[in-house]
Amino acid sequence: MTEAIQIDHLSYTYPDATHPALADVSLDIAQGEWVAIIGHNGSGKSTLAKNINGLLAPTSGQVTVAGLPLTEENIWDIRAKVGIVFQNPDNQFVGATVADDVAFGLENRGMPRDEMIVRVDDALEQVNMSAFSSREPARLSGGQKQRVAIAGIIAQRPDIIILDEATSMLDPAGRLEVLQLIQALRERQSLTVLSITHDIDEAASADRVIILNDGAIKESGTPAEIFARGPELIELGLDVPFAERLKHALISRGVNMPAHYLDEEGLVNYLWTLHSTM
Amino acid sequence: MDITFDHVSFTYQAGTPFAGEGLRDVSTTISDHSYTAIIGHTGSGKSTLLQHLNALLKPTSGSVTIGDRVITAETNNKNLKPLRQKVGMVFQFAENQLFEQTVAKDIAFGPKNFGASDDEAAALAKQMVTLVGLPEEVLTQSPFDLSGGQMRRVAIAGVLAMQPQVLVLDEPTAGLDPAGRRDMMTMFERLHETQGLTIVLVTHQMDDVADFADHVLVMDQGALIKEGSPREIFADPDWLRAHQLGLPKATAMAEQLMAKGFRFDPLPLTSDELADQLLPQIGGAHHE
Repeated sequence: MTEAIQIDHLSYTYPDATHPALADVSLDIAQGEWVAIIGHNGSGKSTLAKNINGLLAPTSGQVTVAGLPLTEENIWDIRAKVGIVFQNPDNQFVGATVADDVAFGLENRGMPRDEMIVRVDDALEQVNMSAFSSREPARLSGGQKQRVAIAGIIAQRPDIIILDEATSMLDPAGRLEVLQLIQALRERQSLTVLSITHDIDEAASADRVIILNDGAIKESGTPAEIFARGPELIELGLDVPFAERLKHALISRGVNMPAHYLDEEGLVNYLWTLHSTM
Repeated sequence: MDITFDHVSFTYQAGTPFAGEGLRDVSTTISDHSYTAIIGHTGSGKSTLLQHLNALLKPTSGSVTIGDRVITAETNNKNLKPLRQKVGMVFQFAENQLFEQTVAKDIAFGPKNFGASDDEAAALAKQMVTLVGLPEEVLTQSPFDLSGGQMRRVAIAGVLAMQPQVLVLDEPTAGLDPAGRRDMMTMFERLHETQGLTIVLVTHQMDDVADFADHVLVMDQGALIKEGSPREIFADPDWLRAHQLGLPKATAMAEQLMAKGFRFDPLPLTSDELADQLLPQIGGAHHE
């Protein structure tokens, strides 16, 4: 399998800091994979994202993106392959209209106008925002704003999208909008997704969840494996899935429950079996 | 101090072609010492309602009575300062309002504006920083060297330093991580219980409504379409869905269980309530 991102013994220490923000992190992410990185505030999540697109340069170790080692010569090629959606949609708008905003990154690359128009229209259609192309970005809802931000990124046809807490400022409806969009984009094209998140639904959408703690990878597994950690998840920077919370509420009342993770449907079925055998 | 809305309507940019209705005929009372949650989807009028709680906006028609002050369209903007002291507002992403060189100075800024001496303001800063659960060492630090959650606590300490009777919170946990959210909500509960503060909370988190509020206002298109206790509000899941509002997670789970054949009365709002009602239906404890 081709690796989209290879991180080899990466360490990073901020200038003037005594403690490394990332300490000897090694991680491979396959092309087309969706990896969620969780961890409490200050665990090194955002530092990792910034090392992947060269916003920060590693103190030691090597990052390889789409087969290209991250070096000064390659940095612009790599940034063309990696798009980041940040937390606050209001901080990333530059255009006077939605379409202008989506075109901004393409203009920066000096793309011919005809091709740009096609790309912008296509990107807005993919995020289901075509009807808003001449609107003012400031007047959109949070979920719509993030969809426009995502359109600005997919217009550049990246191989990798990094969601840096991209849903944390949205209301529940907006969060769902963005997650469904990312799912749909992945079905249409081979897109690698790296999401840095505290959101349980976003983590559940991933193929693999990685827990970062104190700048190091503490654990890695499928969402089900990670969610089985139950109440301690909150210390690791993630919410406890409701099914786990209920399971533990029942255990504390003396009910024997399975140790492995049950999603809501699984738990409903398990409880129904208990009910039927009463 | 009660806050009473009597047939309050508010029109944005009244008298211009851009006029838009913000509130329509809202009548309700936010009682002294209550913990009131305001819910409604984006654009439902929640923020417009909030800004009437300390006369940042004045009704286009109707009146808002805040303690002994009556605010109407005709109310003069002078002498509103005592009101602003009594009703403390914590806006969304309150940490964006920090500006001073040290945490102590930032917290002291409000009380000094309201006439406190330097010594009084400094003493308040020290007291409030502890109240929001931060160590006293941060007083001499720059607020900008703190983490996001700590910065937000400093901003809240600045509002508390004005010693308000009502604390208005507009999505106070947005953007915090789960542990930060939990700590922040626990802190508000403590302030409500130990300081006797009236809390008004705008939120999208239905679990917070179920866990903390004793009264709920539901807004839609500028109108107050329902009010009652969390139990009353969440008793009708179909109605909530029709208004694009969510359910507490325990209530949503109870619905899934009811579809199988479980029975709940009343509908549980928290995981503990759900577990208590489940226990007799799965054969009680020590089930194999």
